Amino acid sequence: MAAAAPLSLLVLLLLGPGVWGQTDPPRDSLREELVITPLPSGDVAATFQFRTRWDSELQREEGTDHSFLRYAVLPREVVCTENLTPWKKLLPCSSKAGLSVLLKADRLFHTSYHSQAVHIRPVCRDARCASISWELRQTLSVVFDAFVTGQGKQDWSLFRMFSRTLTEPCPLASESQVYVDVTNYSQDNETLEVYPPPLTTYQDVVLGTRKTYAVYDLLDMAVINNSRSLNLQLKWKRPPGNEAPPMPFLYAQRYVSGYGLHNGELSTLLYNTHPYRAFPVLLLDTVPWYLRLYVHTLTITSKGKENKPSYIHYQPAQDRMQPHLLEMLIQLPASSVTKVSIQFERALLKWTEYTPDPNHGFYVSPSVLSALVPSEVAAQPVDWEESPLFNTLFPASGSSSHFVRLYTEPLLVSLPTPDFSMPYNVICLTCTVVAVCYGSFYNLLTRTFQIEEPSKGGLARRLANLIRRARGVPPL
Amino acid sequence: MVPVTVVFTQESVPLDDQEKLPFTVVHEREIPLKYKLKIKCRFQKAYRRALDHEEEALSLGSIQEAETMFAEPSEQAEGSLTVYVISEHSSLLPQDMMSYIGPKRMAVVRGIMHREAFNIIGHRVIQVAQAMSLTEDVLAAALADHLPEDKWSSDKRRPLKSSLGYEITFSLLNPDPKSHDVHWDIEGAVRRYVQPFLNALRAVGNFSVDSQILYYAVLGVNPRFDPASSSYYLAAHSLPHVINPVESRLGSSAASLYPVLNFLLYVPELAHSPLYIQDKDGAPVATNAFHSPRWGGIMVYNVDPKAYNGSELPVRVKVDMVRVMEVFLAQLRLLFGIAQPQLPPKCLFSGSKSEGIMSWELDRLLWARSVENLATATTTLTSLAQLLGKISNIVIKDDVASEVYRAVAAVQRAAEELASGHLASAFVASQEAVTSSERAFFDPSLLHLLYFPDDQKFAIYIPLFLPMAVPILLSLFKIFLETRKSWKKPEKID
Repeated sequence: MAAAAPLSLLVLLLLGPGVWGQTDPPRDSLREELVITPLPSGDVAATFQFRTRWDSELQREEGTDHSFLRYAVLPREVVCTENLTPWKKLLPCSSKAGLSVLLKADRLFHTSYHSQAVHIRPVCRDARCASISWELRQTLSVVFDAFVTGQGKQDWSLFRMFSRTLTEPCPLASESQVYVDVTNYSQDNETLEVYPPPLTTYQDVVLGTRKTYAVYDLLDMAVINNSRSLNLQLKWKRPPGNEAPPMPFLYAQRYVSGYGLHNGELSTLLYNTHPYRAFPVLLLDTVPWYLRLYVHTLTITSKGKENKPSYIHYQPAQDRMQPHLLEMLIQLPASSVTKVSIQFERALLKWTEYTPDPNHGFYVSPSVLSALVPSEVAAQPVDWEESPLFNTLFPASGSSSHFVRLYTEPLLVSLPTPDFSMPYNVICLTCTVVAVCYGSFYNLLTRTFQIEEPSKGGLARRLANLIRRARGVPPL
Repeated sequence: MVPVTVVFTQESVPLDDQEKLPFTVVHEREIPLKYKLKIKCRFQKAYRRALDHEEEALSLGSIQEAETMFAEPSEQAEGSLTVYVISEHSSLLPQDMMSYIGPKRMAVVRGIMHREAFNIIGHRVIQVAQAMSLTEDVLAAALADHLPEDKWSSDKRRPLKSSLGYEITFSLLNPDPKSHDVHWDIEGAVRRYVQPFLNALRAVGNFSVDSQILYYAVLGVNPRFDPASSSYYLAAHSLPHVINPVESRLGSSAASLYPVLNFLLYVPELAHSPLYIQDKDGAPVATNAFHSPRWGGIMVYNVDPKAYNGSELPVRVKVDMVRVMEVFLAQLRLLFGIAQPQLPPKCLFSGSKSEGIMSWELDRLLWARSVENLATATTTLTSLAQLLGKISNIVIKDDVASEVYRAVAAVQRAAEELASGHLASAFVASQEAVTSSERAFFDPSLLHLLYFPDDQKFAIYIPLFLPMAVPILLSLFKIFLETRKSWKKPEKID
C-alpha cells in the first residue's frame, strides 16, 4: 500500500503565490480545575471543569435570529458510560494526562449523584467587548456517599474516590489546579486536615458567601516533585459536626395532586428563606400536550394572599405538535412560601402512541427557576481570565445578588390506558357467538328426523345411572 | 461517443489529400468486460483545415507559446478533444517526439507526406485519443463493484464509490505533546493548494474540508528499531493494523451525509524518532506515506533532529505544509482513480495545470462515474423488481412508483447522452438516476405490511369459519351419500 507520489506532476503547485511569514493562528487555551468540597455529613463532592477557549471567528449562518431561546428536555434519561465516553473525547488530553486521568467510569457511576454538562457560548475577549471568542465548558459533578462508596469510613483521598492519583499536568493546559473547600475548617487544624499541606490558599465570594480554598497547582513543580504523584487526603480529626448546612435562600418543590385518571392539579412550591429581602423569580414550565391545562385555574398565593405575577407568557399546546409553555415573573416576599397551582385534565392517547409499558406513567419535565438571589457578602467584579472557573460560569451582576438557576424534580403522571388485549377478546367472542348461532340455525333447518331403537348399555347410560343412584332416583 | 476534432495545417499532408477536407470518420471499438458484457466506444473524428489564427499559433517556436494562443477551454465541450496535425519537419515538437498531449484537451501529432497519409494519421490520432479518454482499465475499475472478482482485479486499487459529495478531513496526530509542540497552518494550505483542486473537481460533487488536531493518539503498531540506520521503521505488512485504533478517535462519520476521506499527519514520539515506512523490499519509502483505498492516507513527518539541540522540551515544530500537501494531493488523486495514463510511444507529456488535474483527466473521471452510476441504478432497480416478485406482501405507494419511473427515464436519458457525446448532461442524468433509484429502494413505507405472517391471518379467520364450515361439510357429505344411493336404486329395481 505504499504510494509513490508522482512528484513531477505537482512541481507546478509550488509556484503558486504564497505569503509566508504569517503569524500563526491563535491557539486554543485550555484550563482545567477540580473542586473538592467535604460535606458535613461525611460525604464529599467533586466538581471537574474543563474550559477551552478559541479565538478564531466561527462562521454563523445568516438569517438566524440568535435572540430566540430553543428549549428541549428529555425528562427520564439515565446518564451512563455511553454519555461519558464521547464527553471525554472532547478533552484534548483525554485520560492520559492532567485532571482527566481521574475520570474512570466505574468509580464515577458508583456515586449517589452524577451530573455532566457541556456549555458552548460566545464570550467577550476583553472588557470593551470589541471582539468575541468562543468558549466550550465541560463540567462533571459527583457526590461520593460515605456509607455506600466509602464503606462507612469518612476519610477521603483521591485514590479512594477515583482509584487514581494525579501524576502530571496536561501539557496543553495553561492552568491545571485542584481546589479544596476548607471554609469551615481553616482556622483550626482540629476538625479537618488536608494532606499534603497546601502551598497557597484562595479566598473569594462564591454564590454570595465567603469561602476559603486550599490550592494545589499541578503546573507548579513543587507540588508533585517529591512523590511523583499527588494523592490528596482529607482526614477528619473529630467527627464532623452534625449541624445542618445553611439553608439556601431559594429552593422549590413540585408535585401532582388529585385522584382518579381524569383530573389533577400541578403545584409548585417556591420557598424564600431570606429574613427580610424579597426578590423576583422567573418560572418556566413546559407541560406536555396530553395534560390539558386549564389556565383559568392558575392561582399563585403567598402567605395566604393572592400574588399577581408581573409578567406572564403562555403558549397553548397543539395536540401532538407542541407542549404548553408557561413563563411567569413572580415576586417572592421575604420569608414565605409561594404556591403556584394549575389544574389539568388527562387526555386519552391513540392506540399506537402508548409507550411499551404504559402503566408505568408518563414523565413531565422539571420547571426551571432563574433568580437573582441576594448575597450575604458583596462580590467584587473580577477579571474572567484571572479568577477560577467555578466562579465564572454565571456572571456576577451587581454586588448584592448572584444568579441561580434551579430545576425542580421531574414528575411521573399516569394517563388512562386502555386494555390492550381487547381486540383478541372481541374476535374470540364474536366468532364464537356467530358460529354457535349459525350452527344452530343450520342444524334446525336441515336436520332430518328418524326413529331409532333405544339401545341397552353404553357408557353414557352407565354414567347416567351412577348419577341417578346418587340422587336416589330409579335407574334407566 | 468521443467527439474528436482533427485540424490539419498546411504542410502536414499531401495536397490532394488536403482537398478532401472536411469530412468525418467514425472509429468504433468494443471494450470487452467480463461475462459477455461489452461497452462500445465510438470515436467520431471530424477532419478540417486549420484556420488562420491556428496556423499562426502552430508556427511559433515552442509548444507552450502555441498553447497560450489557443481558444479558451470553456468553448470546448466536456468530453471532446482537439488534435492538431503539424508538418513532419516542424520544430514545434522536439525532433524525436511524434506527439504531444497538453493539459487542456488539446494534443499535437506529426503529419506525414504519404499516399496513405490519412490512414496513418488517423491511427496516430486514435492512439492519442485513447490515452486521453476511455480505456479498458478505467472502465474495469469503475465497474469493480458490479462485476465479480477476478484474481488479477483484486490487485487493482479500487477508486472511491461514486457519491454526491465528499467530506475531506485533515488530522494532525501528536502522540507526545510533552516533547513536541506542533503548529501547522492548515487553513492557508487548504486555501492555497487543496481548494483549487477541489474547485476543478466541482462537477464531480460537493466537497467540504475540515481539520483537527488530536493529542495522545498512538498508532496501533509498535515500530521496530533498525540498528543499521539507527532509526525506527514500520514494516509493510504491519501497515494494515495501523489505522484501526486511530479510527475510533477521528470522529469521522459522526455528522456527515457524504463519505469521509481522512488524511492524517503523524508526528512520531521522541522515543520513536525518526520513523520511516518500509515497502515490501525493505527500502524506506521516499515520501514516508501510504494510503488505503476508499479511506484516506497517512503521512509520517519526522522532526528535524537539529531542532532538539540545546532547547528544552517541548520543542516547537512548524510543519512544512508544502511537502505535506504534495503528498496529500497525490494521494487524493490516487483515491479518486486519476492514475497516470498509458501514453503512446514517443509522446511528450506536458506538466499538469496549476490545479493538479488536467481537463481530460476530469473527463475520464466523469465517464467512469457515469458508467458506474448507470450500473448502480440498474442494479438497484433490478433488485427491487426481483424483491417484488418474491414477496407479494410489499405495498408500493404512488410516490415510490413515480421515483422508479423517474429513475428509469434518467437511465435512458443518460445512455442517450453518452452515445451522443454530451458528457456533462450525461453525468447529471446518471446522478439523478442513482438518487431516484436509491430513494425508491430504501423508502421506509415498503416495509409497512411486509411482516404480516400467514399464521396470524389464519388465527383471525379460523375461529369464525371453522365452526361454520363443519356442519356444511357434513351435510354435503350426506347429500353425496344419498345421491349415490339413489343412483344405485334404479339399478336394483331393474
